[in-house]
Amino acid sequence: MCLAVPGKLLEITGEDDLSRRGKVSFGGVLKEVSLAFVPQAQVGDYVTVHVGVALSVVDEAEALQVFEYLRQLGELQEEGSP
Amino acid sequence: MKFVDEYRDPQAAAQYAEALARLVTRPWTLMEVCGGQTHAIVRFGIDQLLPPDLTLVHGPGCPVCVTPVELIDRAIAIAGQSGVIFCSFGDMLRVPGSRDSLLAAKANGGDVRIVYSPLDAVALARSNPERQVVFFAVGFETTAPANALAVHQAKEEGLTNFSLLVSHVLVPPAIEALLGAPGNQVQGFLAAGHVCTVMGWEEYGPLSEQHRVPIVVTGFEPLDILQGVYMVVRQLEEGRAEVENQYARNVRRAGNPAAVELIRRVFQVVPRQWRGVGEIPHSGLGLRPEYAAFDAQTRFAVADIRAVEDPDCQSGLVLQGRLKPHQCPSFGTRCTPEHPLGATMVSSEGACAAYYRYRPRQEEVQG
Repeated sequence: MCLAVPGKLLEITGEDDLSRRGKVSFGGVLKEVSLAFVPQAQVGDYVTVHVGVALSVVDEAEALQVFEYLRQLGELQEEGSP
Repeated sequence: MKFVDEYRDPQAAAQYAEALARLVTRPWTLMEVCGGQTHAIVRFGIDQLLPPDLTLVHGPGCPVCVTPVELIDRAIAIAGQSGVIFCSFGDMLRVPGSRDSLLAAKANGGDVRIVYSPLDAVALARSNPERQVVFFAVGFETTAPANALAVHQAKEEGLTNFSLLVSHVLVPPAIEALLGAPGNQVQGFLAAGHVCTVMGWEEYGPLSEQHRVPIVVTGFEPLDILQGVYMVVRQLEEGRAEVENQYARNVRRAGNPAAVELIRRVFQVVPRQWRGVGEIPHSGLGLRPEYAAFDAQTRFAVADIRAVEDPDCQSGLVLQGRLKPHQCPSFGTRCTPEHPLGATMVSSEGACAAYYRYRPRQEEVQG
């Protein structure tokens, strides 16, 4: 139910308010979604969409964090090993 | 798909599993709150990658599962009225009420339709002015912005033939109830990433502090979950109890302010019944008096319909992490997705459905 899927914003229509909408590509499947809650979203951004409504703009720098954390764990282990 | 596939890398998952094995020095029990996480854990076998001392128990975060029986009965009563188009997410259709399901109501001639978004239900109301369109608004905080937006749009457009049957629930009061319950075994939580995408994570601070439990806001892909588990266990091993954010690519500390603003404008906090669990104070959302005209329970006079739960269904224990699905005597025998006793066997996020689909036998062998 709380499934939300990231997709690439291709096109924006409507005014800058609760009626703003956009066309989003989910791996090539296009859907029209509400951009009411992501006024900062620009064409080319990835937005995370739940039941037809974008809830956030994916932070591309933070997206690498899960790998960076793992890399640091690896370094810690190398430092700690004899 | 970008921002999905890379978080399913088996090699990185194996590295996280190895790091966890090095980190754990004693038994710990963690709960993932969200049914979407439960589904990913069972589907990808993440629990089987963990060191034996780590136990993941499944939480109550399946809105379909916790929607009370009597609300299903009310939905069926509304769907059976002539002139009504009853719209719902697909998951709700097979959930058993006290006698029937919405699917049975559809088979009996009710106009029950599956929609992808509450905004689609508003569009139906717009194009069918002679019909009453009702949307079954179940969900956690994640779904509240979409439902609030639907009501807001309907009001702006002056639609008088649209209403919501609301069964919205909130995560923090459920965590509070679990932690306060006698015999609680849960020592740390993976909080639901998309709930926090909307609400942020500041409301978890007092919970973590008061109950001395680590809470890590966690995403839904295998690497997200493994990192979330690592962060919780690290806190436990170091004797810390804080709120941390694993899912920073989507979750900001204050959440999504525009979404929170509209939720607060349309909804207010109310007490809510949780199927299998009972009433939890301050644990739901209901329409504010200014939006009372959009309340389907009043419009169709169904608020007096009462119902009791099937006494053979142990979903309440499953939802509180006290029973694993395969430990229920009815699992896979008297209770299957085709003939479910409770909602946890129906919903794609229900723990019983996840076990039935991905490991119907394995667990019997492993005990």
